[in-house]
Amino acid sequence: MPLDYDVLRFLWWALLGILLIGFAVLDGYDLGTAMLLPFVGETDAERRQIRETIEPNWEGHQVWLILGGGAAFAAWPPLYAASFSGFYIAMLLVLVTLILRPVGLNFRDKIAEPQWRLAWDWALAISGFVPALVFGVAFGNLLQGVPFGFDADLRLDYTGTFFELLNPFALFAGLVSVAMLATHGGTWLALKTDGEVAERATRIASLAGLIAAGLFVLGGIWVAFGIEGYAISGPISHSGPSNPLAKTVVRAEGAWLDVYTIHRPLVLAPLLGFAMPLAASLLVARRAQLAAFLASGLGIAGIIATAGISMFPFLLPSSTHPQASLTVWDASSSALTLFIMLIVVVLLLPIVLFYTGWALRVMRGRVRLEDVEHGEDRY
Amino acid sequence: MIDPGVVELSRLQFALTALYHFLFVPLTLGLSLLLAVMESVYVMTGRKIWKAMTRFWGTLFGINFAMGVATGITMEFQFGTNWAYYSHYVGDIFGAPLAIEGLMAFFLEATFVGLFFFGWDRLSKPAHLLVTWLTGLGANLSALWILVANGWMQNPVGARFNVETMRMELTSFEALLFNPVAQAKFVHTVSAGYVTGAVFVLAVSAFYLLRGWHVQMARRSMTVAASFGLASALSVVVLGDESGYTATLDQKMKIAAIEAMWDTQTPPASFTVFGLPDTAERATHYKIEVPWLLGLIATRSLDRPVEGIDDLVRHGIARIESGILAYRALETLRRAPNDAAARSAFEAHAADLGYALLLKRYAPRVVDADEAAIRRAANDLIPDVPVLFWSFRFMAGLGFYFIALFALAFYLASARRLDTRWFLRVAFLSLPLPWIAAELGWIVAEYGRQPWVVEGVLPTYLGVSSVSKAAVIGSLLGFVLFYSTLAIIDVMLMIRVIRRGPAPARDG
Repeated sequence: MPLDYDVLRFLWWALLGILLIGFAVLDGYDLGTAMLLPFVGETDAERRQIRETIEPNWEGHQVWLILGGGAAFAAWPPLYAASFSGFYIAMLLVLVTLILRPVGLNFRDKIAEPQWRLAWDWALAISGFVPALVFGVAFGNLLQGVPFGFDADLRLDYTGTFFELLNPFALFAGLVSVAMLATHGGTWLALKTDGEVAERATRIASLAGLIAAGLFVLGGIWVAFGIEGYAISGPISHSGPSNPLAKTVVRAEGAWLDVYTIHRPLVLAPLLGFAMPLAASLLVARRAQLAAFLASGLGIAGIIATAGISMFPFLLPSSTHPQASLTVWDASSSALTLFIMLIVVVLLLPIVLFYTGWALRVMRGRVRLEDVEHGEDRY
Repeated sequence: MIDPGVVELSRLQFALTALYHFLFVPLTLGLSLLLAVMESVYVMTGRKIWKAMTRFWGTLFGINFAMGVATGITMEFQFGTNWAYYSHYVGDIFGAPLAIEGLMAFFLEATFVGLFFFGWDRLSKPAHLLVTWLTGLGANLSALWILVANGWMQNPVGARFNVETMRMELTSFEALLFNPVAQAKFVHTVSAGYVTGAVFVLAVSAFYLLRGWHVQMARRSMTVAASFGLASALSVVVLGDESGYTATLDQKMKIAAIEAMWDTQTPPASFTVFGLPDTAERATHYKIEVPWLLGLIATRSLDRPVEGIDDLVRHGIARIESGILAYRALETLRRAPNDAAARSAFEAHAADLGYALLLKRYAPRVVDADEAAIRRAANDLIPDVPVLFWSFRFMAGLGFYFIALFALAFYLASARRLDTRWFLRVAFLSLPLPWIAAELGWIVAEYGRQPWVVEGVLPTYLGVSSVSKAAVIGSLLGFVLFYSTLAIIDVMLMIRVIRRGPAPARDG
């Protein structure tokens, strides 16, 4: 193997983060736009205008999520198994709302009944809001740890319930996520539409950006003083076999923030997470829509990176059996699988980025109300 | 402890959602290429009617594609939500093709499908044609990678058990990729998709011709469907035969069950065209047989035997006993990783470890299993013989029917006699048949793999998550309600679009 196991594991940790950020930045504006649909658009034409900003490209963006799941499966099988089965009901909730999205976008305009269209508009809003909320709630739970352990066969036993996932800190993290994606969707609509829709989107985005920045700071204070972080206490081989039962772990208040005193430059991530939503809010109000949209995207990257860096090397801490927590060093695939998949990603991801960029370029420019007013169903 | 109720419910949920997903997949596979063919004719000839055809069939494609994508996400989620131990146990191997599918195929089809619908006025003719072809290529590549993953469940090559991590790990990516079972399944499955697309276009066009609507478009569509369909229907049968041959490499029990063949025959074995399998008596009554045929299909020879169910159960007992030795050595190694004797005992019997795991439902500690438990576990190796026997025969019969249907369509199209009314009625009534054949094919492939989730490696029973029965009942009911509603809406919209027909050919 040309790369050592610990290097491969670190690279795959970074890649998982990049995939999540790719999803949140690209599909995040689709989710944010869907979430805002009934509030920003009032007439049938306005709502068509809003949907047409995302319809040509959202499908490709959603693949970042599917790939994130696939990459977790391939590179971090225990993480994939534990999170999807542990968050059973939450995952199915996300799934149902994700199914509503393609169906809603494609089916809505095929029938001209106002009731039919109204129902799909709200279904689309839910399909944006629920995933945004649930993904935030999931991160909130990751930061606190979730109750699971393993038996001798490494069969996972998750002992929590759905309602335990909805604890105050997790719901708070859900709000951060909703505010972040509302900012992103709002700046996108301000950039891509005209008229009343752009005006309303501007107001919402500039408010949501302020809220996102404020909530993020509050979340940091909560993490520092209100919840316990985890740390590996004994020696652990970074290239050992992926068996999560061979280490010891301690919990301590504020432990998640230790990394920033050891590696100071990493403070850049939380700084972006705070400053960029704020910048997006100010820029969109000053009609610098493209800059606002990019700032919002950077803010999302900063917020997700903050969560990942704070928890490193933990992927999924166990609140009931801390020593069984899944970490970068003991919950990965084999070195061979990580290496082959790394080559595949290095070869293919640049091509994907290239044609994603091309597809967005083809659809560049604003969707004007006058163009869609007498338009037809394009699907 | 594993709750058998959770196992059964999770299996039912996976089976229903997978069969439902596969209502949309084959049409996507077939129609995406048919769209590319029609648009190619448009770009080459410049005749507007071919563009109108592409857009009309594209609208139907879009409705179907939305459902295919939506229901496909369910499949990826479900490995984790309901089959967590499976995901942990084989994720090192199985996860890789799934991730590559996302990277190589989903991005391609999903990115370009948007431009297919929204790019007509923004792209040059050749650029739009390229977009259409790339959408079809993405859909077909996705079938390749998911069948590499599925092929590994049928024939788990290139992997071994790692004692330290308690799971299967990849040893050869080439073996995984060039798995003969995966290759055979891929070509068989995509051909079945092309047949589905072609029957769909043929049947809807027949409906138009019967009514005298959109005659110009319907005739042309029918001609395209007839030639594309004939080639596909031929390859689906030939390549299905190849699937049968590769299955005998490691899934002897599946072949024996499909044939309801209880005893090993003197080679070459004969093929049972019809019969009544009797699982209680372990015999098949009223058999009509074709001599030699099964031996030829399954072994490509006249002298090698095709083993019967009873013999395979006897081999199973031997493998379970060998597997117990592997399991006992594994327990020693967990306590004392450096025990050389245990290590060599494990290596000697590791290939049968999966067979020892079959005992878990009868003797949870495995090593203390008595003879009765071993016999019960070995009997579990027999899949549901009558279901496999009949599913296979209906599927194969439909395969031959499609060849006849398209051969006739091809002849009538060449003879310019596509107005033959009885044929149009037959073509229209054939609409549901490719879906029935495809679903039966999956039942043969996956129900026939039982009791294994990964053949010889991991019993389905053990693959399940530690979720509560109530949660799975809830999700199953949710899926049934939600999916039924979507199915009604989907069919309603399809019918609406078909009744409205294509928009008149416009400039551009």
